[in-house]
Amino acid sequence: MDDRGTLLQVRDLTAQFNLDGVPSRVVKGISFDIAPGEAVGFVGESGCGKSVTARAIMRLAPEGSSVEWGGRILFRGQDLLTLDEHEMRDMRGRRIAMVFQDPMASLNPVMTVGAQIDDILCRHTGVSRRAARRRTVELLGLVGIHDPALRADDYPHQFSGGMRQRVLIAIAVSCQPDLLIADEPTTALDVTVQAQILRLLMRLRRELGMALMLITHDFGVIAGMVERVYVMHGGEIVEFGEIDALFAGPRHSYTQALLAAVPRIETARRTA
Amino acid sequence: MTNAEPLLRVRDLCVTFPARRGRPPVRAVDQVSFDIEAGRTVGLVGESGSGKTTAGRAILQLQPATGGSVRLLGRELTAMSRAQVRGMRRHMQLVQQNPYSSLHPRMTIAQILAEPLTVHRSVPSQRIAERVAELMTLVGMDPAVVPRYPHEFSGGQRQRIVIARALAVNPDFVVCDEPVSAVDVRTQAQIVDLLHDLQDKLRLSYLFIAHDLAVVRAVAHRVAVMYGGRIVELGDAARVYDSPVHPYTRNLLDAVPIPDPARQRAKLAESSPEPQFRGRDGETGPCVFGEDHAAGGMPAWHEVGPGHGVSCRFWPPGVTPPALKGH
Ligand SMILES: Nc1ncnc2c1ncn2[C@@H]1O[C@H](COP(=O)(O)OP(=O)(O)OP(=O)(O)O)[C@@H](O)[C@H]1O
Ligand SMILES: Nc1ncnc2c1ncn2[C@@H]1O[C@H](COP(=O)(O)OP(=O)(O)OP(=O)(O)O)[C@@H](O)[C@H]1O
Ligand SMILES: [Mg+2]
Ligand SMILES: [Mg+2]
Repeated sequence: MDDRGTLLQVRDLTAQFNLDGVPSRVVKGISFDIAPGEAVGFVGESGCGKSVTARAIMRLAPEGSSVEWGGRILFRGQDLLTLDEHEMRDMRGRRIAMVFQDPMASLNPVMTVGAQIDDILCRHTGVSRRAARRRTVELLGLVGIHDPALRADDYPHQFSGGMRQRVLIAIAVSCQPDLLIADEPTTALDVTVQAQILRLLMRLRRELGMALMLITHDFGVIAGMVERVYVMHGGEIVEFGEIDALFAGPRHSYTQALLAAVPRIETARRTA
Repeated sequence: MTNAEPLLRVRDLCVTFPARRGRPPVRAVDQVSFDIEAGRTVGLVGESGSGKTTAGRAILQLQPATGGSVRLLGRELTAMSRAQVRGMRRHMQLVQQNPYSSLHPRMTIAQILAEPLTVHRSVPSQRIAERVAELMTLVGMDPAVVPRYPHEFSGGQRQRIVIARALAVNPDFVVCDEPVSAVDVRTQAQIVDLLHDLQDKLRLSYLFIAHDLAVVRAVAHRVAVMYGGRIVELGDAARVYDSPVHPYTRNLLDAVPIPDPARQRAKLAESSPEPQFRGRDGETGPCVFGEDHAAGGMPAWHEVGPGHGVSCRFWPPGVTPPALKGH
């Protein structure tokens, strides 16, 4: 850690689901820190608990499930797990925002994309509808949607997968949060739009001092974006370190296996 | 080209979404043509919103085409009745882009995987449970979890269930729309291996839609690059990756992130101005290859090598094909 202090301190976090009365612990006592303005990456196998960890910080249970959290999540020294729902609602979106892994489920299918962003802006920043729409169009343009003023009147199903993902990013950054949690934010984007989004996130970090918790399976993306990275496996953090050091000399066998499996653009199809 | 028809033949496929509120119609797919031979994979890459998903759905008749022809196993799909198309479903399947919304939330994994088996009567009812377990193993999951519901799984686990469902009926052709973007690189490699093995064993053909160009290179024999509803470049994977001709393809390959922190940081730090690919459509006079398509009535397509073609549309002003430079 450096002298920036901490924005987020997670201590012994656990998350447990109940499957037909049988408790199933999927996050097994993990601890990590994020400094103000810092960018931290999370990688790991599919199902190792990255999204459940991220959702715990937002204190959002997966839909249709009850989850039990344990440990402490200190945001500027305040334990989020002890806040009441009202206080937590104040936190969400404004101080801590999240881009969810599932764009379709986080958008309202019967409301236009623009109206959904307008609503959030009005709620969190108290601006007028007219001013909100101006900002909405600006945000859609910022995430690379062509003809943003027209496109704001589309419904989510009229957007492509990558366009929906960009809407979520626009929503998440709309209120200039202190911490942005981005769960696989660019999986549905072509690499040129992806680069544009990554540069945008970098710029927001620089200009607003926004911290970033980036979850991704893409080692090319993580390589350029974060200062430190945590490697998760089976609900635990098995390794963490500075990004350069971890890429150059992974210590844990799981990290080594993961890095060895990174696909390379030079590698052609295996011949039958 | 031989007389034998390929497994899949797509010609001049068009999908237009109707005009709304004073807005022009959206030409999501515009005169798309390509073939897929049995046992081969065509990779489809390109701009977000360029029409890849729509093209895949139109080929599978999940989305009405506004023009063009789709022939699978020698049969024209666009002219078929609904019932006939339903009969063809056991030959053609879709692995959807979004593993969340494509699984019914109130069905268990066992029910989800059994459904296509009963609909197409592909296995006798007493063998269904066995086949479901087999499918789970095939995609690297524990058959014991089949009584659970989709929301109880992570993104990558759901993705594997979606693949298992598509493979349940032993199809000949599968459209895989971003099949591995939700899983870690080790699982990715396993799924890619799985798709290869199935291809070798069953002569399966794939249309593999993905944004990860390294993954596409690992699976595809041929690669098509889409921009603005059109295929702008099509050729053998090695040619498209090693000698790209269309400026959009080159731009795309240049933007691929590098899994090396120092190099990738440097890459993100340099801000190259976005090239202008838009416009120059429906123009008259000579194209970038010096041909007058409007006058000659020829399609806007140019062979630049064996089995490697490129469109003369969407070239930024002043950019000319590499071979023509200095002429
Ligand atoms: N609602 C739920 N009920 C029961 N178990 C769940 C639920 N949601 C997630 N799990 C389980 O918790 C574990 C962690 O899930 P999580 O979504 O955090 O994985 P992940 O690391 O984000 O994976 P991916 O990279 O595939 O998105 C998984 O094994 C999953 O099956
Ligand atoms: N139901 C619809 N109504 C109107 N327009 C639509 C509809 N579905 C898609 N479109 C539009 O068609 C175009 C192509 O969308 P499509 O989903 O095929 O893109 P894609 O290439 O798959 O993009 P991505 O890589 O982001 O998934 C987009 O401009 C999209 O907004
Ligand atoms: Mg996840
Ligand atoms: Mg798509």
